[in-house]
Amino acid sequence: MSNDFSRNAHVSSRELGSRTRILHALHIDPWLMLPLIALSVSGLFVLYSASGQSDTMLMTQIRNLGVAFFVLLVTAQLKVATLKGVSPYIFSITVVLLIGVAFFGVGAKGAQRWLDLGFIRFQPSEVMKVAMPLAVAWWLSKKALAPARRELLIAFLMVALPSLLILGQPDLGTSLLVAISGLSVIFMAGIQWRYILSMLFLTGLSIWPAWLFVLKDYQKQRVLTLFNPESDRLGAGWNIIQSKTAIGSGGWEGLGWTQGSQAQLDFLPEGHTDFIIAVLAEEFGFRGVALLFLLYALILVRGLIISWRAQSSFARLLAGALIATFFFGLIVNLGMVSGLLPVVGVPLPMVSWGGTAMVSMMIAFGMLMAISTEHSVTQGMR
Amino acid sequence: MVRQLNQMQDWARETRIIHGRIVVLALMMLVIMAGLLYRYFVLQVLQNDQYRAQSDRNRIAVRTVAPTRGVIVDRNGSLLAINQPSFTLAITPERADDLAQTLTTLRDLLGLSDQDVALFSDARKRRRAMSPVPIKYRLSDEDRALIAVNKHRLSGVSVASELTRFYPEGDLVGHALGYVGRIGIDDVDDTKKDEYRGITHIGKVGLEAYYEDVLKGGLGVSRVETNARGVELDVIDRIEPIAGSELSLHLDLGLQRTVAQAMGDMRGAVVAIDPSNGGILAAFSNPRYDPNKFVNGISFDDYAVLRDSRDSPLLNRVIQGQYPPASTIKPMLGLQGLNRNVISIDTRIADPGWYSLPGDPRRYRDWILRLRGTGHADDMNLRESIAQSCDVYFYDLAHRLGIDALAESLDEFGIGSLTGVDLPSEKRGILPSSEWKKRVIGSNWYGGETLIVGIGQGYMLATPLQLAVATSALATRGTAYKPKLVASVAGAALPLEPLLDVTAPADYWNEVVAGMVDTVFSPRGTAAGMRTGITYSVAGKTGTAQVVGIAQDATYDEDLLSEYQREHGWFVGFAPAENPEIVLAVLTENTGGGSTAYPVARAMLDYWMKQNEQ
Repeated sequence: MSNDFSRNAHVSSRELGSRTRILHALHIDPWLMLPLIALSVSGLFVLYSASGQSDTMLMTQIRNLGVAFFVLLVTAQLKVATLKGVSPYIFSITVVLLIGVAFFGVGAKGAQRWLDLGFIRFQPSEVMKVAMPLAVAWWLSKKALAPARRELLIAFLMVALPSLLILGQPDLGTSLLVAISGLSVIFMAGIQWRYILSMLFLTGLSIWPAWLFVLKDYQKQRVLTLFNPESDRLGAGWNIIQSKTAIGSGGWEGLGWTQGSQAQLDFLPEGHTDFIIAVLAEEFGFRGVALLFLLYALILVRGLIISWRAQSSFARLLAGALIATFFFGLIVNLGMVSGLLPVVGVPLPMVSWGGTAMVSMMIAFGMLMAISTEHSVTQGMR
Repeated sequence: MVRQLNQMQDWARETRIIHGRIVVLALMMLVIMAGLLYRYFVLQVLQNDQYRAQSDRNRIAVRTVAPTRGVIVDRNGSLLAINQPSFTLAITPERADDLAQTLTTLRDLLGLSDQDVALFSDARKRRRAMSPVPIKYRLSDEDRALIAVNKHRLSGVSVASELTRFYPEGDLVGHALGYVGRIGIDDVDDTKKDEYRGITHIGKVGLEAYYEDVLKGGLGVSRVETNARGVELDVIDRIEPIAGSELSLHLDLGLQRTVAQAMGDMRGAVVAIDPSNGGILAAFSNPRYDPNKFVNGISFDDYAVLRDSRDSPLLNRVIQGQYPPASTIKPMLGLQGLNRNVISIDTRIADPGWYSLPGDPRRYRDWILRLRGTGHADDMNLRESIAQSCDVYFYDLAHRLGIDALAESLDEFGIGSLTGVDLPSEKRGILPSSEWKKRVIGSNWYGGETLIVGIGQGYMLATPLQLAVATSALATRGTAYKPKLVASVAGAALPLEPLLDVTAPADYWNEVVAGMVDTVFSPRGTAAGMRTGITYSVAGKTGTAQVVGIAQDATYDEDLLSEYQREHGWFVGFAPAENPEIVLAVLTENTGGGSTAYPVARAMLDYWMKQNEQ
């Protein structure tokens, strides 16, 4: 036990208030929990408006949130060591399931994303969003940081295999998020800048072959439309034009809750899912958008602080990767809706309609809380 | 201890590495979030106006509101063309689940014809997306009930209340009024397309076509909020349409009825003019058609009957019927003969019953020969020749004038020229001259042809309206105004437009008019049968227009000619003779002569004089 002491952060005898102590015992990080709750509640208002004041959708979303927060709390109770211990198994099983999807998967609209196990249908790719950072953090924290070339190579393979499997479903959005969740661990682990730069360079070079051989036609269309939405006003450009119009017409103050004409008159497609921030922007104006940014910023900052203070390298890598992945999903959505990025199916975290993505995200926040509230000096093995 | 030290060094190094990366990550987050926030700031605050406008363009649809078409009333305010509320069945193709199925169902329910469906398909091409396309107008109560009951089978079908043109007098004034019809593809040219957005009908013929621009009115505009599927949700504001102008006619409905009654089944045309301004008091053409049938698309079968009828009911004979004017031109020729000094008031001519040109054995018969076996008399002067319609006198006069002076003479009375009446598709008739014959027929003029033209036969053709206008110049002793059906547009009187100006000394006019009065009032006058019980003075002239040429030695035998080869009867005249209030021209087709025409004139004049006494 004492051997490990030195590798762990020294937990000082911090003065903990009684309330804080209770939350701590429940493994709840209040600085993460409060913005998450605020975000969810504000999201419900926007969703109610975006769904055309659908009580049914509102109730369903409340139920989804309930499940998601429950999952968060459950996850938060796990010990970091447990997480680390199970991560290689979860990862391996999920990879197998992804391969299973490739061969036996079911799906709709030309995409094969679901695995039907008879008693349950689920998306292994969602599980991979969590399994990937766990596994890569586990792998890289086995050896001293920064990782050597051999470790890096294997880490990259761990990232590449599931990402390509998901890309092949095809599900570009999830594939990107999964890849990012793994790559951000590698980044946190201190991969040398020269590798990073040369990888960026290679990525740049690979755009051309990717365009020719990897991207599907509808994906290419989304990219092309980004640069000139007017070229296809009523087709692929419609979403971008309408969402920019919704955002832009909001002004400072917005048109008022449930008063946005773009959203309420059905001009804005996918207003309750991926494009929900356009509804918020139209109805609550820039003030509402700024407030939303503030809530996200609080979560990001808290996530970084948790990573900074974590008790082991594994925990730090995991926390950093989780918050970086959250950040990546967020900016892809914000950028796509405002016409800066191609339309990729990435929801606005905590606000967009939908249960699955929310649950996997809450597992991530649960893990962050587990890391944040870990106070035993005995935890945090390599 | 060493191991512990190593581990502490490891931990410190890893902390340094990871903290370093967290700082990089934090910086990235800061920069990217700030950048994204700025992006939203640009869209929402800096470019707000642009996107607000874009959003309004999305949300607000400009819909045109059709104006009410101007009504048409007669001189006493009786309604001739009005707009009646009616129900129209329309289909919005986008909202029909299965358009073909809906059409089939409607065919079964309402008995829609192929033509209805064809017109519907036509109209579809001209309308905006998401707007309803009319398919059946003037739904009966039964139709509406059927539609209501079968609503569930008729997706995309709607019933709208709108105003439809209606002509209360039916066929009585049909030719003059014309009708409106559904706008066809070629009815409106591209430059005017915008003026007709939302308007379903356009004037096709008659006054409705001629005055289309003032009757139509101005479109209103209504701005409505629509959703992405174009469904109207709310009216934001509305600029009311400008109703079309009311047309007030010179026409007197009572006179028109009198004409219709007097004409009965006779084919022909009657027109009455106010000589003081050219206003058309009655314009009647028989056979007639009911313009209401055309308003919402006449069926192909009904139209074929009208179009193919030998009696040409679609023809407005008043302006489009071209007939030999026959003896009705004699007073004008007489006046011009005096004017041109080829005859004098005292010139007397012997009428043995025929006339021949010097050195030409051919005999040009006087119509009287057939009745009496002899000519009118051997000392016929102009006045007597007009009253008794002496052909020989006018053969001689024509010969003295020569064809070109004759043509010039009648040209002054507007024969062969459009009157410029306010109706479309007027015909100009034919005023032959040697130049005309060379140009049109391609041969030289023969002296004998001059004689025939001298009695209004041969190549010469005129419309009843032309003769009425010419006669009105006789009535006013020189001045005729452009004939007009419309007296005022939206209360503003149309200006007088002089058309004819014939100058002659007063005694010439008096002599000619005296001959016309004698036509009615002297025992030998050709319209003497008209005077019984008459209480006012009338000046008139009969005419009998040959339809087929009669060979030199053949005699005209009514019984041997088919109905359509029999002669037309004419009567032109005015009353009171001294101070004319009304000028009229009556033509009866294939009735054998003028004796069928003047009773119509008498009935009209009786009505008119009696009405004006009150």
